[in-house]
Amino acid sequence: MAATGSRLRVRRENDVIQVEFVDRNILDEANIQQIGEEIARLVESQPRPKILISFANVDHLSSAALGTLISINNKVRARDGQLRLAHIDPQIVEVFKITKLDRIFQIHDSTERALASFG
Amino acid sequence: MAATPHAHPDAAQLRLVPARRDIDALHEAMGAAMGRHGYTEASRFAVRLAVEEALANAFHHGHRGLPPQTPVDLSYAVGPGLIEVTIKDRGPGFDPGAVPDPTLETNLELPSGRGLLLMRAYMTTVEFSERGTVVRMTYRRPAKG
Repeated sequence: MAATGSRLRVRRENDVIQVEFVDRNILDEANIQQIGEEIARLVESQPRPKILISFANVDHLSSAALGTLISINNKVRARDGQLRLAHIDPQIVEVFKITKLDRIFQIHDSTERALASFG
Repeated sequence: MAATPHAHPDAAQLRLVPARRDIDALHEAMGAAMGRHGYTEASRFAVRLAVEEALANAFHHGHRGLPPQTPVDLSYAVGPGLIEVTIKDRGPGFDPGAVPDPTLETNLELPSGRGLLLMRAYMTTVEFSERGTVVRMTYRRPAKG
């Protein structure tokens, strides 16, 4: 099913782009691809981007979504930017740990802590 | 979603196409069955994740090159201590032993390849047969859940 409309809620505060997901379940390839494209445009919208992705309200995440997050992380690094993930349900944090992706991403309990961690 | 009802209400055989509505209906049915048997939220999360990954593997990898709406055959049975899920795809098969370990340092940033790892992490057993076109997963209720 083709996704229509933005899959993200975006807020810019100071120099940090804060992103939240519209969907509670990030599972479908079409939606995941759209999410990746939308966040990629945000990454490219400024030099040395600071991106905070909040997973508040996300109940389920597929491994395909993890792949898209990796791609986003690579784009952020290529622009000498910073990426933080925040407010992830403990069950989904476990998914990051099982896949050892907690070694790649900086994951914070809350948006506040994630914001404080930006250099 | 074509269903052949079993005599046991906590089990079903389905022909499933890659439609979110039908997949969500499956999750709802299995979740309800698990709830009736007192499985915890953690168990329901685990089974749902593994089934979702197995279906994604079947539809996106197993059926590569086939018409997009090619269905899989899925059966599930939820019992008081054990849950069984079997998915059969219509593709040419694959060798699950050839899937690289995505947790190795050199593979950590690969864009895909984590579905099988997650299935094995969350289910008690994951077995492939018929050249990899059939996956049978079981989930044994944890001692405390």
